[in-house]
Amino acid sequence: MRSGLARFAAFAAILCFAAGAADAASPTLAKVKKNGYLRCGVNEGLPGFATPDAKGNWTGLDVDFCRALAAAIFNDPKKVRFTPTSAKVRFTVLQAGEVDVLSRNTTWTMGRDVQIGLEFVGVMYYDGQGFMVPKKLNVTSAKQLSGASVCTNTGTTTELNLADYFRANKMKYKVIAFEKNAEVLAAYDAGRCDAYTTDASGLSAERLKLKNPNDHIILPEIISKEPLGPAVNQGDQQWGDLVRWTMYAMINAEELGVTSKNVDKMLKSPSPEVRRLLGVEGSFGESLGLTKDWVVRIVKTVGNYGEVFDRNVGKGSPLKIPRGMNALWKKGGLQYAPPVR
Amino acid sequence: MTTSVSIPWWRKRRTRDLAIQALLIAAVAIVVALMWMNAAETLRRQHIASGFGFLNDTAGFDIIQTLVPYDESSTYGRVLLVGILNTLVVAAVGIVLATIIGFLVGIGQLSSNWLIARLARAYVEVLRNLPLLLQIFFWYFAVLRALPGPRDSWGLGETVFLNNRGLYLPAPVTESGFGWVALALAAGIAGAIWWTIRARRLRERTGQVVSVARMSAAMIVLPALIVSALASFPLTFSLPALAGFNFEGGFVVLPEMMALVVALATYTASYIAEIVRAGIEGVAKGQTEAANALGLSRGQTLRLVIIPQALRQIIPPLTSQYLNLTKNSSLAVAIAYPDLVSVFAGTTLSQTGQAIEIIAITMAVYLTISLLTSAFMNWYNAHIALTER
Repeated sequence: MRSGLARFAAFAAILCFAAGAADAASPTLAKVKKNGYLRCGVNEGLPGFATPDAKGNWTGLDVDFCRALAAAIFNDPKKVRFTPTSAKVRFTVLQAGEVDVLSRNTTWTMGRDVQIGLEFVGVMYYDGQGFMVPKKLNVTSAKQLSGASVCTNTGTTTELNLADYFRANKMKYKVIAFEKNAEVLAAYDAGRCDAYTTDASGLSAERLKLKNPNDHIILPEIISKEPLGPAVNQGDQQWGDLVRWTMYAMINAEELGVTSKNVDKMLKSPSPEVRRLLGVEGSFGESLGLTKDWVVRIVKTVGNYGEVFDRNVGKGSPLKIPRGMNALWKKGGLQYAPPVR
Repeated sequence: MTTSVSIPWWRKRRTRDLAIQALLIAAVAIVVALMWMNAAETLRRQHIASGFGFLNDTAGFDIIQTLVPYDESSTYGRVLLVGILNTLVVAAVGIVLATIIGFLVGIGQLSSNWLIARLARAYVEVLRNLPLLLQIFFWYFAVLRALPGPRDSWGLGETVFLNNRGLYLPAPVTESGFGWVALALAAGIAGAIWWTIRARRLRERTGQVVSVARMSAAMIVLPALIVSALASFPLTFSLPALAGFNFEGGFVVLPEMMALVVALATYTASYIAEIVRAGIEGVAKGQTEAANALGLSRGQTLRLVIIPQALRQIIPPLTSQYLNLTKNSSLAVAIAYPDLVSVFAGTTLSQTGQAIEIIAITMAVYLTISLLTSAFMNWYNAHIALTER
């Protein structure tokens, strides 16, 4: 019933909120500054992307992105209030203005961009949908899954990709779709289904929660493109720009070798690219409604894209996901940020 | 001066009352219209699609239990229908089971047998004091954990299988000539009803008691059996058989459905048991004593004297429980049973993003189901109400 209530609240909120049109500065940024904290919609619990610990401290890639935003705005990565959202209600929560940004491993699709009224600012993590199966089934390829029961979440692109994949390969299947991750995993663990499907990064994370992660394998097939990224509401382009360039700043910082450890030294770098990024030259920060040193604050308190990736999902984390598609373009990956100039 | 000629029309009570009502309606209408316009404007400004056109779009996802033909290329409108039917089937089966269990436990609470009375009491106290969602999870995961995987199913011969994918039963497949059997069956049932009515009239007129059960059974079974023999038994069964990961063929009752029905029925039954107990205790003690004095047995007393009177007090609160059960079935989404809230207000909502339309449709559907249930129960209540002669 909780989600029902949340939807009703969102519905009521859409009815009630008719924010006046503001032209000059970003109304969202003004509201965030007035509140004194950023409201960020995250996953309810997906290791590597967003999980709360026993004390309620959130960690993860998506969480760190919100912290970077808070660092850019307030010079304090802790000034964020996280709202856990289920896959089903996440867009409604954003649309209703309950959160300022949705940083919740959400796939950027055309429908979501043009029909649901979201603005995706970029790709934080290039992902694709995969399958996890128990080893004892002796399945080595997704092509062998004909007739299988598959567990997944409701309200995700996953359900549609699954249908497309099995139809395209003329295979039969049964889908059992739960509202929450926890129940999907519990049902898979109890043997309700033969396979668990979601984004490959999610599978790596969920696998760690099983009693014996080594009894389960993730099949090699990646059946879809899942560019995961933060989204904001349409209608406030300045806010969209701020969120987008926060992400690009983190990627550019990695590319230019600016890290949380050397950022102070880098202020004296002779490289014009570094000087513009860190606000030594130019006034890009001010154009966003922030101060010149906004990137310095992001990198110093949260880190560049590479540091954040390694800490949460990469080699410095239990997930140990290789950079793969998420490496910088110079290293054969897809992460490529437009230049700051 | 009997007619109030002196009072002008605008000061008449009736005029004033009408005016107040009209103002109230106008105010409500204005508020609704403002909300509507505001929502439409906000949606337009945020570039969110609106309107009901999405119902004709292709859904693209599959649903595990569909009572009408459905596949990925069906529309969202079809998803709505599938969801409504799945909700109705759970509600219907749940209501029947809850009523049976509720009556048994309710009567059990009044039993003179110490053990039965205490067990019934304990049932009520435990089940109605635990949150329903918890009970649904309990049944679902208890059932899943207890059952074997499909490759080591519990089987009854080669016809019925039980595993953690569901209860697989033989599915009837009709062949040509089955229409005649159905016709014979219908004729048999009509005959049995006619016989029952005749027997009752005879009893009311003369007091003579005619056996109804045996004759009715014979009238229903024999013609159907003879016709199907003549048509060389046009009904076969498709048997479930293990094929790869799962069983194929036959008719399957999903574990999600089982868990949901059991949880809803046992939980609601605990309330119904209390309603039944109260209803029975509400019948004056003198009625029992009078029945005893007439020499009716305990069963007869209950069946012929107590329950008909208790029903009048039971039906109205029972209706509320039926409505509760139907509405509570929306918790299905937690355990992946594809009910209306799961497939329509869940998946469809997040695929299309049209929250206002979808929630409005969903609320309208629940409202309709509830109002129809109430209307039926009110009719039944009026039907059994005390008719003064």
